[in-house]
Amino acid sequence: MSGLPMLTLLTVLPLIGAAIALFSGKHARGVALFIALIALALALVVWSGLPSDGSIGMVELHKWAPSLGIEYHLGVDGLGALMLVLAAIVTLMSVDAAHRVHHQPGLYYGLVLILESGLFGSFTALNFFHWFLFWEISLIPAFFLIKLWGGARRGPAATQFFIYTMAGSVALLIAFLALFLSTGSMDFRQLTQMAASGELETLVKSHLGPVMLWLAIAVLAGFAVKVPMVPFHTWLPAAYAEAPSPVTMLLTGAMSKMGVYGLLRIAIPIFGPQIAQIRTPLLVLAVTTVVMGAWAAAAQKDLKRVFAYSSVNHLGYCLLAIFALAVPASGAATVASQAAALNGVILQMFNHGITAAALFWFVAMMQMRTGGHRGIDDFGGLRKPAPVLAGLMGIALFSSLGLPGLNGFVGEFLIFRGAFPLAWVAATVSVLGLLVTAVVILTVIQKVFSGPVKEHCSGFPDLHSSERMALAPVIGLMLLLGLVPQLIVGSINPTVQNLLAHWRF
Amino acid sequence: MLAWTIYISFAGALLEALLPKEKNALARWLALAMALAGLTIGVAGFIAGMGQGQVEIVHAAWVPSMGIHYLLAADGISRVLVLLTGIAAVAGVLFSWNIELRTNQFFAFFFALIGGVYGVFLSFDLFLLFVFYEVAIVPKYFLIAIWGSTRREYAAMKLALYSFVGSAMVLIGLLVAYTASGSHSTALTDLAHAGLPVSTQMWVFPLVFTGFAILAGMWPFHTWAPTGHVAAPTAASMLLAGVVMKLGAYGCLRVAIALFPHGLDPWGFAYLGIGSWRDVFALLAVIGIIYGALVALAQSDFKFVIGYSSVSHMGFVLLGLMTLNQIGLDGAVLQMFSHGVIAGLLFAIVGRIVYDRTHTRQLAELETMHLARRMPFAAWAFVIAAVASMGLPGFSGFVAELQVLIGSWTTNPLWTAGAGIGIIVGVAYTWRALQMAFFSDIVPGAHVIGQEQAHPFAAVTWPEVTGVALLAGVSLVVGLYPKILLDSIEPAVKALLAGGVQ
Amino acid sequence: MNYADLFRATLPETVLELAALLVLLVDLGLLRNAALKSRVASATLIGVAGCAVAIWAVYAAGWGSLSNGSYVVLAAGGSTAVAQVAILFLTALTLALFIDTGFTRNPGEYVAVVLMAAAGGLIIAAAQDLLVIFVGLELLSLGLYILTAFAKKSAKSAEASIKYYLFGGMSAAFLLFGFSYLYGLSGSTSLPRVVLGTYMASAHGGTFLLLIALVMIAVGLGFKVAAVPFHLWAPDTYEGAPAPAAAFIASVSKVASFALLISISHAILWWPSMLHLTGGRVTFTVSPPGTPPPHMTYGFVSGWPLILMVLSAASMIIGNLAALAQTSVRRLLAYSAVAHAGYILLGLAFFGWANVSAQAILYYIITYGLTTIGAFGVVGVVERATGSDKLDSFLGLQKRNPLLAAVLLVLFLSLAGIPPLVGFWAKFNLFAAVLTLGSGPFPVPGSLSSLPHEAVGLVALAIAMSAVSLYYYLQVLKRAYVMPAADETPIHAHPVTLAVLLLIALAVLLMGVFPAVLQGWIAGFGA
Repeated sequence: MSGLPMLTLLTVLPLIGAAIALFSGKHARGVALFIALIALALALVVWSGLPSDGSIGMVELHKWAPSLGIEYHLGVDGLGALMLVLAAIVTLMSVDAAHRVHHQPGLYYGLVLILESGLFGSFTALNFFHWFLFWEISLIPAFFLIKLWGGARRGPAATQFFIYTMAGSVALLIAFLALFLSTGSMDFRQLTQMAASGELETLVKSHLGPVMLWLAIAVLAGFAVKVPMVPFHTWLPAAYAEAPSPVTMLLTGAMSKMGVYGLLRIAIPIFGPQIAQIRTPLLVLAVTTVVMGAWAAAAQKDLKRVFAYSSVNHLGYCLLAIFALAVPASGAATVASQAAALNGVILQMFNHGITAAALFWFVAMMQMRTGGHRGIDDFGGLRKPAPVLAGLMGIALFSSLGLPGLNGFVGEFLIFRGAFPLAWVAATVSVLGLLVTAVVILTVIQKVFSGPVKEHCSGFPDLHSSERMALAPVIGLMLLLGLVPQLIVGSINPTVQNLLAHWRF
Repeated sequence: MLAWTIYISFAGALLEALLPKEKNALARWLALAMALAGLTIGVAGFIAGMGQGQVEIVHAAWVPSMGIHYLLAADGISRVLVLLTGIAAVAGVLFSWNIELRTNQFFAFFFALIGGVYGVFLSFDLFLLFVFYEVAIVPKYFLIAIWGSTRREYAAMKLALYSFVGSAMVLIGLLVAYTASGSHSTALTDLAHAGLPVSTQMWVFPLVFTGFAILAGMWPFHTWAPTGHVAAPTAASMLLAGVVMKLGAYGCLRVAIALFPHGLDPWGFAYLGIGSWRDVFALLAVIGIIYGALVALAQSDFKFVIGYSSVSHMGFVLLGLMTLNQIGLDGAVLQMFSHGVIAGLLFAIVGRIVYDRTHTRQLAELETMHLARRMPFAAWAFVIAAVASMGLPGFSGFVAELQVLIGSWTTNPLWTAGAGIGIIVGVAYTWRALQMAFFSDIVPGAHVIGQEQAHPFAAVTWPEVTGVALLAGVSLVVGLYPKILLDSIEPAVKALLAGGVQ
Repeated sequence: MNYADLFRATLPETVLELAALLVLLVDLGLLRNAALKSRVASATLIGVAGCAVAIWAVYAAGWGSLSNGSYVVLAAGGSTAVAQVAILFLTALTLALFIDTGFTRNPGEYVAVVLMAAAGGLIIAAAQDLLVIFVGLELLSLGLYILTAFAKKSAKSAEASIKYYLFGGMSAAFLLFGFSYLYGLSGSTSLPRVVLGTYMASAHGGTFLLLIALVMIAVGLGFKVAAVPFHLWAPDTYEGAPAPAAAFIASVSKVASFALLISISHAILWWPSMLHLTGGRVTFTVSPPGTPPPHMTYGFVSGWPLILMVLSAASMIIGNLAALAQTSVRRLLAYSAVAHAGYILLGLAFFGWANVSAQAILYYIITYGLTTIGAFGVVGVVERATGSDKLDSFLGLQKRNPLLAAVLLVLFLSLAGIPPLVGFWAKFNLFAAVLTLGSGPFPVPGSLSSLPHEAVGLVALAIAMSAVSLYYYLQVLKRAYVMPAADETPIHAHPVTLAVLLLIALAVLLMGVFPAVLQGWIAGFGA
């Protein structure tokens, strides 16, 4: 097992699957499910094979184009491995949710698998070229998935998605070109070390002048589009709403995590001091994201848009924690808070991924059963005709709200636990977000599940057994992680300690 | 061995010309066999030459009294470009499979052109290089004038005259270099070591460089290119944009820069930041990049978009040449290869796959035709081609443009900024073309759908599929593993730089 | 000088005259009642045979020149021999083209006049004395006037001939006038003595007269080679004369005239060799480098190149630009001939000691002559089939007679200067010779001194005008290959004609690919 290049295998598998799926016609879904399952198994193997001290394991390093500093350098630590597992789970969920792709199913599932490969690739990359390659690889299928199978206004939504993400990519490319010009390296670990020792800033200054701060802003902008962070979020509601729900599951469950992962793997380690310099404006933006996301969610009538803005809100907490922990280490208490915040971020990424994906899955099911309706006011009293649906969706909704005992709580708790000591003003204001989210979720529950049953909902079929079997593990995971978060935190914590040890602000 | 590429091509041209008329199938298969033979030799020569440096192939006295030799040799750059020509030739034949008018004559001119191109890339005697360079002009004229489309006679004449004027300028430079160095020899290495006085180099260099750069599509002498590309039949456009424009760039590198390096020295005074011919041509290159991209953005004819994008991409090659450092020149040569393949693919799709079926190239009309559904192969092939053209990592264009950007940054950051703007606009116009032509949001009415189903487009043929697979595959392989070419390019560029270019 | 020497020196001319008489005899005597075709065939055969024997005679005559005392009257060997062989060969080719024509019922007279005119050409190529030059020139010219008028049924032919005659007569008068001044200035009619004499004369204040003389001579000779502004006869003559005659005018007379100009240029350079004849003393001073050159009197050397440069530039520009507007292929060829004359005059303007210049000029004019004959051959065939030589007659030629179209392609691309055809090599060779010697008639070969601006400027002009020429040559080729045919009936060409044309095209191609062959042959004569 140790001899196999697991990460390469994992990344290449969905590509092979995509090639098969493209020509499988009606059987494409089966192929995709099969591949996604194997991918999940592999991801779990990777997860279990991590080194226990939290350092980067399963390293693969080969020369690629030495004159350009490009190496084939892959590796995962706890953070990366967790993201791999998340991506695998969300993809599996997405494929499962997409029963009825009538139009060109082979192409649809092929694109989904290519997207999965892109996710795997960027979560395992340790060299900029490789990372950027897979970052872009994930963009193209996403665009086409929205454009070809989306809703009524899919054209503009897809275009906006593309333009924003491309602009972000350009910013990232420019910044890394600048780093390469100054240091001759594109390797994340090397750059992190140089940043920690202060050498990076010196090199950049001598080659290019005092532009380090601008480079940091460019990199932050690139990721800010992806997460998204206010004010670069405007592409999200349209894209999430117009995309078919299984695609939205992928977008929110996995692709948005690429942005946060990027902040953790690239932005903070390499541009730590610069981020610390502009911490305050960043915190303001993070808080705005949190609050605005929640408030906007409250104003929506379309369930998908409600959950879309809610996603913005939930990822805003991650941003809050990330920027909050960007302070120079000054004592055990600070370090402990940083560790807590970081743990919270990672957990939140995983938990939100699962939860949000599940929520959109439920919306998909509701759409299917009512011929496309997905407005809040289109439903009522679903508890009666579909108790199982109501129950399971309720669990997911409460997890999203952050009810203790469900997985959504742990991440948010740790985030606030870490953020309060480090940035109490920001944390306090963010609590508003928590409150408004609660209102939103409860409103949804009330409007959708309780109250009088609408006529067109009376014949609402409940979940059939295949759906129950598919959803059960997900909901079960939510409960399990809510009650025993140690399962993940135990493996994450060493990585967190390791990361913090290498970061300098 | 590589010399056989030339001989086979000319022999093929002659054979095709002598074929009886109306034997179109025979003409096609013969052409394919010739092209494949050339490609095989090119690949074999490339592999055999890996790590070899400059290898002499043929050295025979031609006009000994004047020191003119029939000297064929290949270094890394030549081998890479010979490979490109082989690929372009095979693809060109595949995408001309449906030509019915005077088929044998078409392939005769086609191979005469290819033979001339092979000859330029393999010549190491300046006179011989010039002969092959000019040989390539006349077949181009006929290919466009006889088998072309929009305004073909005007476009063909314009192209022929511009090329001829460019080569006339080169001839003057050749004569001056030859006679000023004592009329001993026209071999490239001898002329490079002749040590012409700086004052002579100062005016010969821009003359020769411009002469070659006209064919490379440098702004403002590029106007033949969009007209010519649009008018030309598909295979000719593929060759024109893919290989012939590279002849010009190759000439700039192999002749202008290598023989007259002091022409790039600073003048001693500077005006608006321009203090040497290097600055002038770099500026023109950057203008070409941005101008080509902006104009492409405004086009209503699909093929014109691709034509102007060629001008823009060649600007990268010229900019890379003007960086005069290892990485910039590497990027320029790699971009020559990469753009050759990608441009070939773009023209193939637009010209052969789309136009031959829809009989229109107007984006506004294509928008209503629902092409993503009716010709999915073309749509997805174009997605791949567009993505490669944009410079997405994973395809060859990314590495090449990256190298040019890095190379130009170390010389003058402003150029890099300009080139960067060009890339961004490049994404925009490629995007626009993709959207409008294939994935438009216009939903046709029911009666239109019925009409469409009653008159389906001709199915995709195997030559088209093979051609697309070949070109896209090459771009992908080079994009993922650029070392395969860089290992040949880098030593050759190093040798060139060590030879006095600074 | 005795008659044996004279006979030996003029053996080639004699052979030609004898052949002409033989043709007349056979045609008017033996074959009086035979069919026209056989008369034409027999006349042609005898004519070609005569040329062949004359070529042998050139070789057999040896390299000895004919002198009258210490003055050379007729040179032999060197560039003279090359020119003479070329004239004879090209004459034979134009005679071969005569076979298929039907414009005259007097083939014997036609061939005889051609041979006699060719003899005049041979004399010009060898002449070293002003009077001999004039005699040869008139012999050639009178023959050409007659040939132009030979198509009795064509009004154009007669008109062209009258124009040619009037113009030619005038220029001959100018030439003679100029010669008389030269005689007056130098006291001799032998070229080298004339050149030397002009130096001495201008040292005594005769510069103005010398200038007039040079201009007059330029008029006369410029007419012969159709240089601007003395070219106005060319378009009409090329258009009106019957095709073989036009071919003859375009090729042989040009070769002869340029050979004459080469002789004059050689004489200009070799005047120091005459110094021993003047008696008296000659002092040579060697100045250290850097000192300004001593003042030289205004002799031949100073004025002649300048005149040639002006003529050359004017011919190149006007010839090419005028050709752009033509719709008749013959007139197009006429103006292109003017342009080509311009290029060659450039070579003469920068003429040097080394053999390079003479060889380059000879190479150019020989290959140009060959190509032009081929071009007129094709034009003749097309004219006979379609009735006109307008551009539109060539429409769809590639379908009507693919071989003929291929020949046309090769020949016209060669004229445009496209490698690997011989036309390109000829131009390259010529321009290289000009630039090598651009610094004057006394260069230091192999030096790295920067090139003089006039030479480079004029070469650049020549190359630029060459580029322009591609346009009008392509116009004809466009009609032949690109544009659809108006009338698709096949065009039939006589097998001999076709064979000759194919051979010419093949020669153009092969000589372009292996230029050393012809160059070596020319150099072998020690030109």
